[in-house]
Amino acid sequence: MTTIPNNEHSMDTDAFIKGLWRENPVFVQVLGMCPVLAVSNTAMNALAMGLAATFVLIMSSSLVSLLRNVIPKQVRIATFILIIATFVTIVDFVIQAISLDVHKALGAFIALIVVNCMILGRAEAFASKNGLLRSVLDAAGMGLGFTLALLCLGVVREILGSGTLFDVPVLPAQFQTWSITLLPGGGFFTLGLWLLVFASWSERRRKQMAAPQEAD
Amino acid sequence: MDLGNLGGIFINACLINNFVLAYFLGICPFLGVSGQYATASRMGGAVTFVMLISSVCAYGIHALLIAVNAPFLQLICFIVVIASTVQTVEMFIKKFSPSLFRSLGIFLPLITTNCAILGLALFQTNKGYDLIECLVYALGAGAGFTIAIVIMAGLREQLDLATVPGIVRGTALSLMLAGILSLTFTGFAGLGG
Repeated sequence: MTTIPNNEHSMDTDAFIKGLWRENPVFVQVLGMCPVLAVSNTAMNALAMGLAATFVLIMSSSLVSLLRNVIPKQVRIATFILIIATFVTIVDFVIQAISLDVHKALGAFIALIVVNCMILGRAEAFASKNGLLRSVLDAAGMGLGFTLALLCLGVVREILGSGTLFDVPVLPAQFQTWSITLLPGGGFFTLGLWLLVFASWSERRRKQMAAPQEAD
Repeated sequence: MDLGNLGGIFINACLINNFVLAYFLGICPFLGVSGQYATASRMGGAVTFVMLISSVCAYGIHALLIAVNAPFLQLICFIVVIASTVQTVEMFIKKFSPSLFRSLGIFLPLITTNCAILGLALFQTNKGYDLIECLVYALGAGAGFTIAIVIMAGLREQLDLATVPGIVRGTALSLMLAGILSLTFTGFAGLGG
């Protein structure tokens, strides 16, 4: 938190924006890693997973926010998990109805959205303490940040691993594909590299911010 | 049920499709609790223990849900039962073996949100294992998790003594290590059928 928002409107915007970049759930908070690594082998899978998680996040956050004064403190975590599990079951059946291929590719990882610590974390840390509008904005920001991170990985892994992007060839046919990026190990490497990129960006930003102060 | 088949299930869950390094389940404790060798091995033990118990529970629930014709409740029932099982196990251990309780410490409640446990329950249901096969599968998955987290902890303890550029330290470096480990485990793919 570098700036303190001075009015209600900018706080709402801040609730949305912070999830995209400054508190990105994957790159900064390192939450919900399992699906990030497992289903980011193609850009399409990554997008589907990101949208599914975003939907669950928004719906469960708004329900938790609406019920926040009704849920007893002692059983709140169990209640949150039940709410999340309900929406995950809905998403599971919806994806199965829309596209059987995507459902097959994502496999058990749709069901595993239930134990994604990012969603439970937002319910506990934000939605249970804030009103409906801000909770939805926060959930949307976090969800889009999560989708963005998944896409970052998915795009790199699909281009290098099979020379395509969303199944459209983008690299010349002579390109020797790096099939390692499609293997589980490649997922770890790609995510590690993205974390490095993010770390060096924020490091440079911090130096730029610090530089004028040192000059004074 | 012949022993060869059970051995195959064990090797498969433990090495070939290692839960952490091939399925990416339980990454959070894998990265979070692998700082020290001793805590890592205890965490492995706790996870294996909970896996065995929740595997039996999941088998029972699945049979029950099929009997009452409500398979769509599977996910909700699994997560609730796993959470309450962990809670019950915690109370039992606290009562009967305080020393074990102290050594497991904070890890037991954390295991509730470990995706490896729920993943195990879902996979064994999808594969249609019977009770004995479920137990062997859970044991293999637990052993695999323990192996992965113990190796990782050993590597990270050594790494503390090495000189690495400051910006790489932390999660990025752990992920690179995990990637190399994962590549190594890919080599086991030739084992078994």
